[in-house]
Amino acid sequence: MQLDKKLIGHTFKPFTTTVEAGKIRLFCKAIGEDDPIYVDEEAAKKAGYRAIPAPPTYLTAVTNDDPDKGGLLRLLNVDIGLILHGEQHYEYLAPVHVGDKITCQQKVVDIYDKKGGALWFVASETELKDQAGKLVAKAKGITVVRNPDAAKK
Amino acid sequence: MTSVPKFDQVKVGDEIKPIVLPPISRHQLALYCGGSGDHNPIHVDIDFAKKFGFKDVFAHGMLSMAFLGRIVTSWVPQKQVRGLGTRFTSITWVGDVITVSGKVTGKREANGEKLVDLEVKCTNQNGQDTLQGNATVALA
Repeated sequence: MQLDKKLIGHTFKPFTTTVEAGKIRLFCKAIGEDDPIYVDEEAAKKAGYRAIPAPPTYLTAVTNDDPDKGGLLRLLNVDIGLILHGEQHYEYLAPVHVGDKITCQQKVVDIYDKKGGALWFVASETELKDQAGKLVAKAKGITVVRNPDAAKK
Repeated sequence: MTSVPKFDQVKVGDEIKPIVLPPISRHQLALYCGGSGDHNPIHVDIDFAKKFGFKDVFAHGMLSMAFLGRIVTSWVPQKQVRGLGTRFTSITWVGDVITVSGKVTGKREANGEKLVDLEVKCTNQNGQDTLQGNATVALA
């Protein structure tokens, strides 16, 4: 298996998703977050937010809500069972709240291998903009692909 | 949250009160699968995980990163968080007991804000770091 470095620079089709209270509630249940600001609009407003805020790593649920889910793996022609998450970084430029319509666009910024091609690394960046077109966050991720051929050598 | 720390009172080396989490359960991974929209079956379907060479399902890296978010927002309100990042350094298995810790590594001013840099990490019951991350918060 070898990934095609010509895919560096590939930009995916943007999509827009609405931040939903019910999904934040489920997300918080999963991560064990019990701060009332994430479930109760009054508590959020009392704490100085204009609506229920999305928890810091809820942006992953926003970027995962792509109707063309799995686009990166299809582009790379990689099976989902071979990937691991290498790194993730968020830069928060403005708060994201329930009701916001967030437009996400992902771009492949680097592809490289280590250990003689046993592991491949795909770095991508996603810009998140709100309904006014303002950049609210940047997400940078590194996806690690285990080369199934490496084990056979 | 107790009182929000002030920039002038915070010192490099200050530690945030650690969070010791309940053991990772399969139920939690199922909830996170739905809540995060990460539907990779490797985290919830043991047959699929075994097919790809793993002994069992394992936790989403982003579930543990959410724990890093929790310790940061236990220290300062979320609206003061400017950045959060991590490397995923080892796999978190079902049953693992994760401790989340954080400490101040730097203080600086940028973009007209007083910023504090933190090291945040997740460590398993064997003392092995599963996530090595960092965060930046703005303090008054």
